[in-house]
Amino acid sequence: MCLGIPGKVIELRDDGAVLMGKVDFGGIRKEACLAYTPEVQLGDYVIVHVGFAISKVDEEEALKTLDVLAQMGDVVSQELETMGPGMAEPAVLNDDGTPASGALTGGAEAGA
Amino acid sequence: MKYLDEYRDPELAKSLLAEIHRITTRPWTLMEVCGGQTHTIVKQGLDEALPEGVRMIHGPGCPVCVTPLEQIDKALAIAARPNVIFTSYGDMLRVPGTDTDLLALKARGADVRIVYNPLDALKIAKDNPDKEVVFFAVGFETTAPANAMAIAQAKAQGIDNYSVVVSHVLVPPAMTSLLDSPTNQVQSFLAAGHVCAVMGWTEYEPIAEKYRVPIVVTGFEPLDLLEGMLMAIRQLEEGRHEVENQYARAVKREGVPLAQKQIFDVFEIGDRTWRGVGEIPQSGYHLRPEYAAYDAETKFEVGDIHTLEHPACIAGQILTGEKLPLDCTAYGTLCSPQHPLGAPMVSAEGTCAAFHSANRGLDARRVTV
Repeated sequence: MCLGIPGKVIELRDDGAVLMGKVDFGGIRKEACLAYTPEVQLGDYVIVHVGFAISKVDEEEALKTLDVLAQMGDVVSQELETMGPGMAEPAVLNDDGTPASGALTGGAEAGA
Repeated sequence: MKYLDEYRDPELAKSLLAEIHRITTRPWTLMEVCGGQTHTIVKQGLDEALPEGVRMIHGPGCPVCVTPLEQIDKALAIAARPNVIFTSYGDMLRVPGTDTDLLALKARGADVRIVYNPLDALKIAKDNPDKEVVFFAVGFETTAPANAMAIAQAKAQGIDNYSVVVSHVLVPPAMTSLLDSPTNQVQSFLAAGHVCAVMGWTEYEPIAEKYRVPIVVTGFEPLDLLEGMLMAIRQLEEGRHEVENQYARAVKREGVPLAQKQIFDVFEIGDRTWRGVGEIPQSGYHLRPEYAAYDAETKFEVGDIHTLEHPACIAGQILTGEKLPLDCTAYGTLCSPQHPLGAPMVSAEGTCAAFHSANRGLDARRVTV
């Protein structure tokens, strides 16, 4: 029920009662109520939950998070080489670094 | 899909896990509040990849699971009435009541319909003026803005044949209830990202301060969860107890004020019983008196409900994280997603269903039973 998915606003429509629109989720287009995010423009991304946009995705913050993770990756790869015994390879990954069976292929399907 | 795929990168996940291993010096117990997060953690095996001694306890954030049996039995009694079209989010349909569930009622001829958006239920009411359309308004703070909007619109548009069975629950009181328990083991929370998207995180600041627990507002993708865990463990290791926001692309400190305004125009906070947990003070939304005409419980006078849980089900202890599905004798034997005894096996957000779909412990059960 708490499925919240990011999608791109491709249509805005004020039908008199509430602000509605169409949101594209990777090719699947759905009606959504945009009344709580009236600032959205065409092309913005929103997180849609039970047919309502509950948040506008902040592109700058999204990129910042990925940047921080990527930078940490560089530091960590140096660290990894110095790791001693007992620091087991994470079980979620195979020896060659690829995801183990079922790992990191799906992601959240729901969320409160 | 944009804003999803980049947060599933296996290489970055590996880096995050390595960093968690690097900074962890002691055993810690964390709880992810939301069932959607539980699902990703279990499906991806993130909990099994953590350093030895770092434990994830799966929290009560499954709205379907905590909807009290009495509300489900009331919904079933209303749905069984001849002139009623009963509408609900899809995942409530198979939740067992005392004697039956909504899907079984539907099979026996009741008019039960799944809606994705509560405004669709309102449209059904508009299109069927000679019927009573009832919507099962369940959920956490995430669904409240949608459910509140449908009720406000019913009033604004004069749609009198629309009413709701309300069973709304709130995250912060559930967290303090867990922390107040003498058996509490939780040392830090990953707060539910979408609840915080709506409500912001100011409510969590006094909790972090009073109980000295780090709280990290966390998203739902594997990298979000790993980063949330890393931030929580870093705070624990450094002796800090703050509210931090991992899910900055979707959550602002103040939340979405327009959504909050709509919620509090329609609902007020009151006590609420959580299935398997019991009553938690000030932990739910109820209709405000000016919306009493939209309360299906009074409209249909469903009194005299006698509830009875299945004796084998330990849903309450699962919801509070005291026990795991593998501790339950019915898990994978008497109880499965096809024949659920309790709600945590029904919902995609339920811990039992998450374990079952990840096939955890099922082979052993099949051998021994």
